[in-house]
Amino acid sequence: MFSFILSRILQAIPVLLAVGFISFAMFAFVGDPVTIMLGQDYTEAQRAALVSQLGLDQPFFVQYAKFVVEAVQGNFGISYRLARPVGALIAERLPATVELALTAAVLALAIGLPLGVYTGIRRNSALSRLIMVFSLLGVSLPTFLIGILLILVFAVQLGVLPSFGRGDVVQLGHWSTGFLTASGRRALVLPAITLGLFQMTLIMRLVRSEMLEVLRSDYIKFARARGLTPRAINFGHALGNTLVPVITIVGLQLGGLIAFSIVTETVFQWPGMGLLLVQSIGVADIPVMSAYLLLIAVVFVGINLCVDLLYFAVDPRLRANR
Amino acid sequence: MALLEVDRLVVEFPGRRGTLRALDEISFSIEPGEVLGVVGESGAGKSLTGAAIIGLLEPPGRVASGQIRLEGTRIDRFTDAQMRPIRGRRIGAIFQDPLTTLDPLVSVGKQLVETMQTHLKLSDRDARARAVGWLEQVGIPAAAERVGAYPHQFSGGMRQRVVIALALCAEPKLVIADEPTTALDVSIQAQIIALLRRLTTDHGTSVMLVTHDMGVIAETADRVAVMYAGRIAEIGPVRDVVLHPSHPYTEGLMGSIPQLEHRVERLRQIDGAMPRLTAIPPGCAFNPRCGRVLERCRVDRPDLLARGTTLAACWNMVPMDDVT
Repeated sequence: MFSFILSRILQAIPVLLAVGFISFAMFAFVGDPVTIMLGQDYTEAQRAALVSQLGLDQPFFVQYAKFVVEAVQGNFGISYRLARPVGALIAERLPATVELALTAAVLALAIGLPLGVYTGIRRNSALSRLIMVFSLLGVSLPTFLIGILLILVFAVQLGVLPSFGRGDVVQLGHWSTGFLTASGRRALVLPAITLGLFQMTLIMRLVRSEMLEVLRSDYIKFARARGLTPRAINFGHALGNTLVPVITIVGLQLGGLIAFSIVTETVFQWPGMGLLLVQSIGVADIPVMSAYLLLIAVVFVGINLCVDLLYFAVDPRLRANR
Repeated sequence: MALLEVDRLVVEFPGRRGTLRALDEISFSIEPGEVLGVVGESGAGKSLTGAAIIGLLEPPGRVASGQIRLEGTRIDRFTDAQMRPIRGRRIGAIFQDPLTTLDPLVSVGKQLVETMQTHLKLSDRDARARAVGWLEQVGIPAAAERVGAYPHQFSGGMRQRVVIALALCAEPKLVIADEPTTALDVSIQAQIIALLRRLTTDHGTSVMLVTHDMGVIAETADRVAVMYAGRIAEIGPVRDVVLHPSHPYTEGLMGSIPQLEHRVERLRQIDGAMPRLTAIPPGCAFNPRCGRVLERCRVDRPDLLARGTTLAACWNMVPMDDVT
């Protein structure tokens, strides 16, 4: 098991190098940070000084090599826009995004999984049909629209929940958390629902269709023929087999929650990494964008590792081959 | 009293284009300890009969009329909850493909334990000991070590042995074996049949053995029912049916079995194909393919008529001396 994890981490290194290269290459050719930083009036000498200060006059591969060497040491450079170390900037914004994504993920799983199981087992009941109709809304409405609608109803018309920001946060060491204050928790509700709704309906529909598939299988028929109770059949046999394919997709989707919380963070002005990225893209703040993409790659690699480990826990067929 | 009585059972599948009658008034019974073979072509209704008896017809299939009685109690109108204590405990089932009948994520021991604990009052320790015992009985080597193994760690033949253990472990009075050897290697088929025969004899279990292998029937069954297009064509003691078939369809079926003793240029076959359920001819369902057809066969459906120890649904039975 340990050697498996180690080999997975070793495999991740080329992946991260490639992601770093692509993101760095992409950003090296989008927009000119120098023009943006200097404003409208500048002399050629000022421009040359800034270019050489940022190292932009060096060949592309030298820039990339420097970026990698620095990045390995945890140094992602200085933000062009904010003139602060990128590492510190991201560390500051990370808790907000992680807390938002985590809440959305818990919400999506805690509601999506049971609803999927229910609609799979009782597929013809009126309630199941109702849930399925609503789930169509969830998968087809774009995230920003859901966010705006929620703001309209709960913040503007009913006035019960805040429409933007993170509320009060408490500092725990380097981690700022909104979980511990009432206003922080209230502020979390709408963004978490917005971010989690699509995942929730996706998980639900996925679990349902897998469940229907599994319930048609021979081993479920045989379990019925053995006289097992519906409870033992549905939860002892059907659910486990449903989870094997579901884990893969859910794992990737949850990675997507962290990576693509950009829209939700923008709609709710949530002070997380997504908002930082959007603001950085606007001014071609290359160090921030590169570091962000690298971090997301790390998150996905980490989640894939967890997914593989979960497989081992669920499916004995994989364990036997080790 | 017969263990199982099936009386004029009709199974129908309501559909958009009308109702399909998949089983049409079939009647038979199984005595305690008896092995009843059920043969017929694919689609004749063999497996459906088994599914109807354990109450696991695929919707929208349903028992439209007739009765199924288990030890005198009607079970054909039972709800799912009422059937549950019967399935496994009084009627066991063995399915065709052992590669797909076992849950791949649950160890064979656990599947045995849960089956026994569902039906019998057993402590965890007793159930586990019995699970090992059952694996030994069905001939799994090193049963005590293999009890925690998962289905994929067994070969097809071994898995069918596990399935047999699962079907018998709650000590049912009747086992419905639906083509238990069809999916297996020929070399293993005989072993599995012998195992099934030995265990059911030891435990006094009756067997309804569904197959299209007449050889298996001839070796194992006490009586045999020949099915055709959702009806029983002929039913009687194996010896009589095999050696002196009364129904022309049975005769054709026997004629199509290759024999080592006398070489023939070409195996005899029955011309035509079994009618689809949507197009069953009036009268006897076999009449378009029958060499002994009479005018009456085209209008009047024959009931099961007795001849000696056999019952055959035929107006013009094969004469006793006219058998090859």
